[in-house]
Amino acid sequence: MSAAPNPEAGGWIAPDIDSCEAVNRLIAAPLLDRQGWGRQQWRGWWMLMGIAIPLTGVFFLGVYMILTKGIGLLGNNTTIVWGFPIANYVWWIGIGNAGTLISALLLLTRQTWRAAINSFAEAMTLFSVAIAGIFPIIHLGRPMFFYWLAPYPNPMTLWPQWRSALVWDFWAIASYLIFSIVFWYTGLIPDLATLRDRATKPFTRKLYGVFALGFRNSARQWAIHQSFYKTMACLAVPLVCSVHSIVGMDFAASVMPGWQESIFPPYFVVGAMFSGFAMVVILAALIRKALHFQSLITDRHFDVIGKIIVASACIMGVSYATEWFTAWYSGERAQHTYLAYVFTGTYAPFYAIMLFGNVIAPQVLWFKRARASLPTMVMVAVLVLIGMWFERILIIWNTLGHDYLPALWRAFWPTIWDYLVLVGSLGVFLLAFLLFVRLLPSVSMFEMRELALRERRP
Amino acid sequence: MSHALLAAFAAPEPLMRMVQQARDKSLGLIDAFTPYPIEGLSEALGQKPTQIPWWMLGGGVAMAVLFYAMEWLSATRLYPFDQGGRPLNSWPTFIVATVEISVLTAALTGFVAMLVKAGLPRLHHPLFECGAFERASQDQFLLAIAAPEDAQAAGAARQALWDAGAVWIEEVAL
Repeated sequence: MSAAPNPEAGGWIAPDIDSCEAVNRLIAAPLLDRQGWGRQQWRGWWMLMGIAIPLTGVFFLGVYMILTKGIGLLGNNTTIVWGFPIANYVWWIGIGNAGTLISALLLLTRQTWRAAINSFAEAMTLFSVAIAGIFPIIHLGRPMFFYWLAPYPNPMTLWPQWRSALVWDFWAIASYLIFSIVFWYTGLIPDLATLRDRATKPFTRKLYGVFALGFRNSARQWAIHQSFYKTMACLAVPLVCSVHSIVGMDFAASVMPGWQESIFPPYFVVGAMFSGFAMVVILAALIRKALHFQSLITDRHFDVIGKIIVASACIMGVSYATEWFTAWYSGERAQHTYLAYVFTGTYAPFYAIMLFGNVIAPQVLWFKRARASLPTMVMVAVLVLIGMWFERILIIWNTLGHDYLPALWRAFWPTIWDYLVLVGSLGVFLLAFLLFVRLLPSVSMFEMRELALRERRP
Repeated sequence: MSHALLAAFAAPEPLMRMVQQARDKSLGLIDAFTPYPIEGLSEALGQKPTQIPWWMLGGGVAMAVLFYAMEWLSATRLYPFDQGGRPLNSWPTFIVATVEISVLTAALTGFVAMLVKAGLPRLHHPLFECGAFERASQDQFLLAIAAPEDAQAAGAARQALWDAGAVWIEEVAL
């Protein structure tokens, strides 16, 4: 791999980026430079679009069919009432949690390397939370009444049940999505101003100009911007933890074996960060290759992300062990049969895949050589994402399919619509991300300028 | 209409030095324009603290109170519902949605406060008339000081800016 950052300076940028202008040129080129970035450069982008657009179509077709024909299309049955939609929801919101958490945590801990990844990690958050929000609606028997979750004056004089985890979920997703949009947009305003000032075509200039709101980079405006942005980061960290804890409580607030565990909220938060960092690795590798950002997203970035992934994998391992231990230690028969079912039942092979992807495979990242190899990092990231998806689906399949009443034990068999909507949701994510990369700076320019000037100075 | 001298520097240090000098010589500092936020610059220019976190706290707390009041009212007065003998006012479960919505409200309050205090959106500003002002969002560190009326003082101010390492100086109408 090429660009190595200057190790003596403890740098996060390759030495060829030595001024503000170099940063601007590199990041703005894909967006504004028609000469340098002709059709050739965007060929890969169009090819991915060719995959993303049909998949998006498939997703919306699936959602349309489910909404019009009903959830009988899915593999959900009277025992396993949650099935794919809720597993997909938890998986997507987990990925979505990481972007804002990464960005905010690294800002508060003054990790300057966040500058290279925060912008697209936040975009990743937005898209995945938006996708996640669709799934709980389509798993409802009567999706047309989903708005009953909101309190509003109605002739039935009904009110939401505030003790319900589903109602908590509604407020958590809605708040988190809007919060993330505000956080992301605020971070983008100065970059939009830069693009406004660099654009040569009048229309592009106006477009970026309108969204930049007339930001003038004045000391006063910067002070206000930074004060707001940092306070948002302080709020984001507890918000993200609470959002995914609430997702964990959707399960833990029940009395089902395998769900009713106090470890669920923190274990879900770690799982979310884990899958989010895995997605960040994949996106960072793509952006770095496609937009030639080797100087900004350096090997050292992958190295630190690799360390975080291996640490999270260990915490996941401890969490699983805690689950097994508490199930055994409870002395309850339902818990024991549940645990035996997890390891030996219908879905035991998937449980093995989950443990391999989430706990065993990432252990290779203890080795520096593995962290320095991009293909290994991407491979581990893909395994983590697969492992995390299996974790989510198995939480649902195993517990719902094997609870206290043996007469209700059933297995879940996915239908074609289950698969189509899952794969389609990946297409929607890809489409949104491709548009983001094409229209907005994938790496924060103003933070990179600061980093470049600071690192190049003795 | 007042006039200002807009001077550009290639790095943040000469700008900070010039701000200090300008304060010592009591030149009228207007504002500085930089490609990235510089800690302490706003204070050095004599600007007040932004107070935004206080607005956010206020917004968040107000919403928390309102939202909890709504939960209490709906669950105990308007639609009392005995769920397994739990108290009608089950505050530990009511807190969950309250926290989420109050954080969101704090964020939205802060966003509005940011726009109002920063005078945004304002798509046009006299400074944008100056072509070179575009560099402030890219790679140069600009300082605006009030242009003295008196020709001799104006000359001295310009000289001070050049001495501090200005790359260019322009007079702009504000």
